[in-house]
Amino acid sequence: MKRFLGFVKKEFLHIFRDYRTLFIIFGIPVAQILIFGFAISTDVKNAGVAFLDLSKDETTQKLTDKIISSGFFKRTENLVSYDEIEDIFRKGKTKEVIIFEKNFEKKLQNEGKASVSLIADGAEPNTATLVTNYTMAIISGFNTDISGIRANNPILIQPEVKMLYNPELKSQHMFVPGVITMILILICALMTSVTITREKEFGTMEVLLVSPLRPIQIILGKVVPYFLLSFINVILILVLSWLVFGLSVKGSIILLLAESMLYIMLSLSVGILISTIASSMQAAIFISLVGMMLPTILLSGFIYPIENMDDIYRYISYLLPPRYFITIIKSIMIKGTGFLYVWKETLVLLSMTVLFIGLSVKKFKVRLE
Amino acid sequence: MNNSVITVRNLVKKFGSFVANDNLNFEVYAGEIFGFLGANGAGKTTTIRILSGLSAPTSGEVIVAGINASKKPEEIKKQIGYMSQKFSLYEDLTVKENIMLYGGIYGMSKSLIKERTENLLEKLNFRDYGNKLIADLPLGLRQKLAFSIAVFHEPKIVFLDEPTGGVDPITRRQFWEMIYETASRGITVFVTTHYMDEAEYCDRISIMSEAKIVALDTPENLKKLYNAATVEDVFIKIARPN
Repeated sequence: MKRFLGFVKKEFLHIFRDYRTLFIIFGIPVAQILIFGFAISTDVKNAGVAFLDLSKDETTQKLTDKIISSGFFKRTENLVSYDEIEDIFRKGKTKEVIIFEKNFEKKLQNEGKASVSLIADGAEPNTATLVTNYTMAIISGFNTDISGIRANNPILIQPEVKMLYNPELKSQHMFVPGVITMILILICALMTSVTITREKEFGTMEVLLVSPLRPIQIILGKVVPYFLLSFINVILILVLSWLVFGLSVKGSIILLLAESMLYIMLSLSVGILISTIASSMQAAIFISLVGMMLPTILLSGFIYPIENMDDIYRYISYLLPPRYFITIIKSIMIKGTGFLYVWKETLVLLSMTVLFIGLSVKKFKVRLE
Repeated sequence: MNNSVITVRNLVKKFGSFVANDNLNFEVYAGEIFGFLGANGAGKTTTIRILSGLSAPTSGEVIVAGINASKKPEEIKKQIGYMSQKFSLYEDLTVKENIMLYGGIYGMSKSLIKERTENLLEKLNFRDYGNKLIADLPLGLRQKLAFSIAVFHEPKIVFLDEPTGGVDPITRRQFWEMIYETASRGITVFVTTHYMDEAEYCDRISIMSEAKIVALDTPENLKKLYNAATVEDVFIKIARPN
């Protein structure tokens, strides 16, 4: 055990002596959270909105005025038919179309409810979410205004939101789960594979192998520091996104951290596997970046919704660990679901971990022969 | 010198149908400097890996420092030191940290490591270098330090795999002085080299060719036997008979 601890300490020294490594481990996550975070939280100001008022009564007029006077929106056009909607989005200035149904005021008075349709341009998911959220807030304020007059018979204007082009708007609030997933792959897979191949390249691996340290101790010793640092990183990212963007974890934090640990172990085993395949640091970097980072960014649902992918890419995404982790972490963070809803994904990650560890142990032994 | 620390009997190592070691038989005696020569690809590396517990023999008996290599390869590792041509020190760690690391790996206590570190730095005239990074040391010094660390835990045997590759003649000479000094302390030195003048310094040498040991004796006897002026001539006569 003492041998092992000395070896782990040496690995920490490697990390803390190398500014580039330190930067990758702590600089990149912070930078990414801030970049993604600020890019996504642009305030709505004078967003173009078009109205399709099929009722043209006093209430719709009041609501329209309220929306326009809020300062968040400016009217681009008044439409007369549904056919114009696509066109006006194509022009690009309009971010949202608000449609009042026929006989809006009458329905409101007779049935106590009427509906407003909000159609937003899903091609810009962040803006789309923001403008519809703002509009719904205004409508709900308007609801209480008019309900106040007839308190015992509350009336309801029901907004229906519809996204054009990207109906499910899957990328919203995805950046924190996405960044965590990406950083863990980066640190675990890339850094471990590089640090192990470095020992091979410098000839120190040979010396370690003929020493009384067992191969499993060597691998664990190389991996333990990265495990700890990755875990600290997850916490750092969560705290940062909470402090800066007020994004809190809705579900159980313990579950989230436990799932993160599983994913860290999985990524580490991928890193070890890469190191047994790659003979040089360059090869390790190449395999990690092209084999792990790119698919994580492009195919895991981090940036592009899996639902919108072509079949072939969707099938590929089933093979990628990040896909499952993003689903898990998103459910816990944003929807606040418990383990019962993510056990399937957890099981997939667990089996992948076992598979990769098995493969790398086998590979490592083959190399020893 | 009948006290043998390495005994190899009928050692065969095969990789599939390829025979890397074909029925080797030899002994290495305690405290001697044993030169293990052979052309590239003759099977030297395979033998060293077996002797150091990294790989198991296909058949035959290998006993290193009293331990059977087929049965307890892990035990052998505690009894040996190893240094290769490639740098075996960590460049981003200081001299003292490297010593501390390897001392720790071989299970030495902290106080013992400290004590021996002082002695070692004194002996090598390394006083000022203790806290310097390996990266800042000149090549010759690194190689000397690597050797000192390989024998830092006082192993029974030290394996040196082309230890002087890429080193200037002066450092090579100093390096061999260190090897002599080590052997005189009773540590057996098992060395491979491509420098034939170095082979002359060994107590005994063996020459491998095509997976077999074709010659084994003192440099003087071999020169007489093959009617050659130098070990280099002996080597060429054996390794390239045509």
